[in-house]
Amino acid sequence: MMEPGLYHLLFISAALFFIGVYGFLTRRNLIAMLMSIELILNSVNLNFIAFNKYVWADKLDGLFFTIFVIAIAAAEAAVAIAIIINLTKNFQSIDVEETEEMKY
Amino acid sequence: MGLFGRTYLKNTAGIISTCLSFISTCLAFYTAYGYFFEYGKINGVYQKLIPFNYLWLAFSEGLSINMGILLDPITAMMLVVVTLISLMVHIYSLGYLKGEERFPTYYAFLGLFTFSMLGLVVASNIFQIYIFWELVGVSSFLLIGYYYEKPSAVAACKKAFIVTRFADLGFLIGILVLSFYAGTLDFNTLIQRLTSPESNELKSALAASFLGISALTWGMILVFVGGAGKSAMFPLHIWLPDAMEGPTPVSALIHAATMVVAGVFLVARLFPIFAISAPDALEIVAYVGAISALFAAIIACTQTDIKRVLAFSTMSQIGFMMFALGVSKYGGEEGLGYTASMFHLFTHALFKALLFLGAGAVIHFVHSNNMKDMGGLRKQLPITHFTFLIACLAISGVPPFAGFFSKEEILLAAFQHNQTIYWMALITSGLTAFYMFRLYFSIFWNKSYHPNHQDEHGHHGEGGFVMMMPLVLLSVGACLAGFIPFGKFVSSDGTALVSEFHLQFSIAPVALGLTGIFAALFLYKTENDKPDKMASSLRALYQIAYHKFYIDEIYLFITQKILFNCIGKPAAWFDKNVVDGLVNATGNTTQVLSEKIKKIQSGKVQEYAVYFLVGVFGLAMVFIYMWK
Amino acid sequence: MNGANILFYLLAAMILGSGLLAVTTRQLFRAAIYLLFSLIGMAGMYFWLQYEFIAAVQVVVYVGGITVLIIFSIFLTQQAGEKMLVKKTGQQIFAAIAAFCGFALVMIQIVQNNFTATKNLSLSPSVTNIGNQMLGVDKGGYALPFEVVSILLLAALIGSIVIALRTPTQTS
Repeated sequence: MMEPGLYHLLFISAALFFIGVYGFLTRRNLIAMLMSIELILNSVNLNFIAFNKYVWADKLDGLFFTIFVIAIAAAEAAVAIAIIINLTKNFQSIDVEETEEMKY
Repeated sequence: MGLFGRTYLKNTAGIISTCLSFISTCLAFYTAYGYFFEYGKINGVYQKLIPFNYLWLAFSEGLSINMGILLDPITAMMLVVVTLISLMVHIYSLGYLKGEERFPTYYAFLGLFTFSMLGLVVASNIFQIYIFWELVGVSSFLLIGYYYEKPSAVAACKKAFIVTRFADLGFLIGILVLSFYAGTLDFNTLIQRLTSPESNELKSALAASFLGISALTWGMILVFVGGAGKSAMFPLHIWLPDAMEGPTPVSALIHAATMVVAGVFLVARLFPIFAISAPDALEIVAYVGAISALFAAIIACTQTDIKRVLAFSTMSQIGFMMFALGVSKYGGEEGLGYTASMFHLFTHALFKALLFLGAGAVIHFVHSNNMKDMGGLRKQLPITHFTFLIACLAISGVPPFAGFFSKEEILLAAFQHNQTIYWMALITSGLTAFYMFRLYFSIFWNKSYHPNHQDEHGHHGEGGFVMMMPLVLLSVGACLAGFIPFGKFVSSDGTALVSEFHLQFSIAPVALGLTGIFAALFLYKTENDKPDKMASSLRALYQIAYHKFYIDEIYLFITQKILFNCIGKPAAWFDKNVVDGLVNATGNTTQVLSEKIKKIQSGKVQEYAVYFLVGVFGLAMVFIYMWK
Repeated sequence: MNGANILFYLLAAMILGSGLLAVTTRQLFRAAIYLLFSLIGMAGMYFWLQYEFIAAVQVVVYVGGITVLIIFSIFLTQQAGEKMLVKKTGQQIFAAIAAFCGFALVMIQIVQNNFTATKNLSLSPSVTNIGNQMLGVDKGGYALPFEVVSILLLAALIGSIVIALRTPTQTS
């Protein structure tokens, strides 16, 4: 096996990203969709860190991006959960196929 | 009166109308007297006076539609004729239509008609004549369709209006052609420009030609088409017999004395142009007139409805007037036809109105139009009988009644210029005498009168004073009018024309007339079956003549089978399916498309995510691989 | 074939495997746990890359905060028990194909590109360096984003409370 380098990390990052996309498009449960989004965000973090280490080793910009992404992901997850709970009280279900009020 | 008469003026509408008519008659007589005897003449030539000319629509420097009054010998004469006959009809209708529900409406229509006709005769501008021409058509439509509950009346008035309207199309095109070449619409200027040999307009009008005939001749032919429609010349005559559906006084006014002579009046008005610059058109006028006269006379010999006999007689007499104009030339002795035509117009108005009003009295008595229901009425209706006899003698050309003088002049003019037409005219006069006296004998002699159950009503008898007075007055006119030296007043160029009385010439027509009278006497005075035997021996001819030469059927065939099916229906199909279909298809397509597209906005987040991703990847492909 | 490589591949397998299971399993609670494993694997990967600070932040925030939050929400919405519904097969296949195509596109781009490392001296990602740069106001300092993120967190805090607070009035 080769020496794990930038390309392997990028492979993992891309694969995780598209796994998250697949999960977002396939799931019917809102919380499961939220989990897919977390996967996507994580893949992006890995991407930044990989680039920071292997390509731009003299700066820490990638790292800071990662920190901020984590912070914002946390905030967003909190707000999303609040919305989901609110939705449950109104619709008595968190099936995303039933929340189509905004259609034509 | 038309608007409020029904509620407020029920009984007095007729009186008011008659008084106003009387006033206009007096004014007309005064004008005519003044014109002919006082101020009309300059150097022995009657001038065309324009006392009043108001600029209405100006198109350009020289071309404008004015509204004015033109006073001319024929205008003055027509003023007298129109107002006099109108007055007679007004008085007569007081009795004839008594008790009618829409009495004021009738008088309103009569007033409208008189106004239109007077406007027509005094018009100083060819477009003004056209306006009043249409107005006359409208009033005629309203009056024929007066009994609008009867479907036959409605059909008749529609037919009259449509046929005359169709002819007026030709008239309008003729007006446009003439005004284009002459550059003006005013009568005086028009005639002057198109008749003086040096004028540029005349040269250009004669130079331009279409299908080998000069533009000016086309213009005059088209104008004549308009006149032929209004005057019921062949083949535009089909409306006149059906127009008898209107009340009889209406027939007297419109279809005997005034409206139907509008065409003759138009030709007379434009006569200088016809005679000097477009003689070919004048030929056509002559032949159409002669053919119509003969045609109508043949048909009239077989009809049984008395009003239709009189209608065809009118058509025939107007044919006389037309061809008299057609054979005439301009100026001096040559212009005899013009004078004869106008003279015949004058006398014809008198005795034809008399005939119609008399027929009205008979119909009022018998309650039927058909000759078969009448007979032996001379004892019951003495005054009507006597005046009717005078009128029949007048129309047959028996001296010394009015018709003799006017017909003599016409035949003389024809003899001098066109032999074919002369012989046609002679035969027609003989036939005229025959069918008029057939009518006379069938009504007043033939059978002895059996009063049927309709006569049980007390008020029947001859009509009252109001109905008899016009008859008497008109018969006096019919007797005396012949002695007016018409040539002194009306002639083609305004100079006095003295017509001599050729004794030898008159023998032939008078003899023919008397022959016709005796033939009718022989066949119809007493009840017998000689007419029927004659009819069956000439079976085919009789049938053709009885059905008016099947002209109506031909027209119906052409319009229904050909025009409707070949032109009307495809056009309607095209309009409904292609034109409308295109618009509908556009709407439908948009709607169907939008129904399909609106499903994109489904409200589902995941679908939106799919569109988002697809878009992003698409753009990525474009920018990576295709954007150089 | 040294230990570092093996560790790398193990971590990679853990991340991807757990992620895959997280998005395909039909039981919600198990999905949460698989997510948990995936996040722990990520933290391990950060450790392998010698970015200890980020690894620590990952564990504290993601594993300890967000995953717990998700599990709370699962219980609050009483979804833990039954199996989840699935989408129609057609849609699943379409999503899989779409994801795969995207992945292929991205990989092609990555492989074809030549990433050249910079020649400068590398800066070690120690906490000291991070702290200096994070709160630094000179060029390359991240003090402003830091403050903005704190305001964002405040807004998220208030927002969540407001949204979640409406529920008592609705249900009573």
